Amino acid sequence: MTAKVITANWGRPDVVSLEGYRAEGGYGGLRAALERTPAEVIETVKASGLRGRGGAGFPTGVKMSFVPQDTGKPTYVVANFDESEPGTFKDRELIEREPHQFLEGLAIAAYAIGSHEAYVYCRGEFLHPGRMLARAIAEAYGAGIFGPSVLGSGYELNVVLHRGAGAYICGEETALLSSLEGYRGQPRLRPPFPAVEGLYGSPTLINNVETLCNVPHILRNGPEWYASIGPEKSPGTKVFSVSGKVERPGNYEVPMGTPLRTLLEAHAGGILGGRRLKAWTPGGSSTPMLTDEHLDVALDFESVAAAGSLLGTGAIIVMDETDCIVEATRRLFRFYAHESCGKCTPCREGTWWGNRVLDRIEAGYGRPEDLPLLDDLGRNILFRAFCALADGAVSPIQSSLRYFRDEYEAHIAERRCPISGRGPEAGARTELERGVSAPVEVTS
Amino acid sequence: MGVLSPELRATAEGIKARYPAGRERAAIMPLLYLVQSVEGCVTEEGLREVGELLGITTAEVEAVASFYTMVRLRPTGRHVVSVCTNLSCALRGAKDVYEAAHRATGIVHGGELSEDGVFTVHEEECLGACDAAPVVQIDFANHDRVTPERMTELIDALRRGEIPQPSRGEAPEDFRHASRILAGLEDPGRGDGP
Repeated sequence: MTAKVITANWGRPDVVSLEGYRAEGGYGGLRAALERTPAEVIETVKASGLRGRGGAGFPTGVKMSFVPQDTGKPTYVVANFDESEPGTFKDRELIEREPHQFLEGLAIAAYAIGSHEAYVYCRGEFLHPGRMLARAIAEAYGAGIFGPSVLGSGYELNVVLHRGAGAYICGEETALLSSLEGYRGQPRLRPPFPAVEGLYGSPTLINNVETLCNVPHILRNGPEWYASIGPEKSPGTKVFSVSGKVERPGNYEVPMGTPLRTLLEAHAGGILGGRRLKAWTPGGSSTPMLTDEHLDVALDFESVAAAGSLLGTGAIIVMDETDCIVEATRRLFRFYAHESCGKCTPCREGTWWGNRVLDRIEAGYGRPEDLPLLDDLGRNILFRAFCALADGAVSPIQSSLRYFRDEYEAHIAERRCPISGRGPEAGARTELERGVSAPVEVTS
Repeated sequence: MGVLSPELRATAEGIKARYPAGRERAAIMPLLYLVQSVEGCVTEEGLREVGELLGITTAEVEAVASFYTMVRLRPTGRHVVSVCTNLSCALRGAKDVYEAAHRATGIVHGGELSEDGVFTVHEEECLGACDAAPVVQIDFANHDRVTPERMTELIDALRRGEIPQPSRGEAPEDFRHASRILAGLEDPGRGDGP
């Protein structure tokens, strides 16, 4: 098995501090970067084949090369630490355990694009990880890593920690920029892309935390070493967040392309209670769910796409045979109704109405025509809104209807949830369920 | 008498200085947290003062504040209890924890604030700690693997004036203190002081 890269030090509590991190060779990657020209640093990252770990998988070095450095405007680096995709918890742990690894990657990225001002957009609810980061930033200033002369090189870099305030949409990069500038976190039209016109209208590089954590290792060990890990088109390791019905939920770093079966059995301890896998998401709630037929799918960008889903953030939520797919879908879809920023009608209205239809099916009031209605709803949201939040909302609906249509039909035919047995006759347990006890008239 | 004391107004100027000249509007979020740390939520007067500090209208401030769930524009308890009920937590029994939070605080569904003003219970989306499901935050400090029984214990402890130890990090004293941390006033860093 390939050694771990960005979680290799997780067993060592001392790497939380700058001293401990330096004892492990920390900031050696930044030193190596400063000895090269920014263009050489970008070439190194390009040659490694590293792809963004925030969900989209865009090549990181190419993204860096898209930032023009000769516009006369300042350039900015913004780190996306707004980790909110349901099921995803890797960035939080990366920061809690080794904040300097991330800060080193941030500094290298800033140097590569000639930026003297870096921002970290930290999810508001991450009170404790944000404090750890604030302390690590202060430590780095104190040690001359940030400030007027990075490691004595004469290169100036300042880092500002900015905390969000509870909005999933701010993980979308243009919404993040709106939020960072002090506006409602609503997405912007692209083009212009942030690389050209980002923060304050200036060229901006936006990277996910996990992506940046990889960068120091690439500078330290060379791009060939990195490219040799995992499959050719998705090189490197990936931190998978495994949660739900497994014996040992947690973050596991494995080479890209590791099959789900290995991840579940060799790392997460198998399905909870020895039960059977029913469904799973490869990359959080906005990636289409897959089933036990896909146990041998290799977890990399290409293979998961070929299986009909997306690698996304690598957040694997596991459901077993005792879990109701309609209930799971309803809960995931409700998230999007809550988090829709309201800008686009298909997303704002579609998620709200879809939610009511799913509520009534789960509560035992579904109608046979509700399933074509949900199909239609999905088609009318997908690719019809401004940003990917709407597309993500459709994923659980379309994928659950594809693989578990019979379970929806059973809900409607039996007028109750066939898994929990709950229905109008069985007595609704919560106010929410009681609140939908009268059928809602929705027609297509 | 305004919401922010002269001393806190000076602090507010320090918060604005974290951002480039001419881009002070970026400070709106930490300034809202600052106001919230005084008021326990953000009132009309608080919105007005933030607008005054930034040279924008109260309506512009409210437009931003109303977008974000962590800025609370209505009466809020001394402690905010957030129960994640998203899928990973739901699969591990979060619904029962959410019910227990209501029972223990006496808040009915659809309500938010307990009668004694001590608690706000909030149904939360994924808190990014799914390995520890079900997850509860008390004033944004995480409590891992919470059972309904543990939820009740936590509420009872808070009611007695105790601050339960979170699973990682330090616990804020209450929601106001958490807001002060969120404004960036309790940790070292650029623009925060001395």
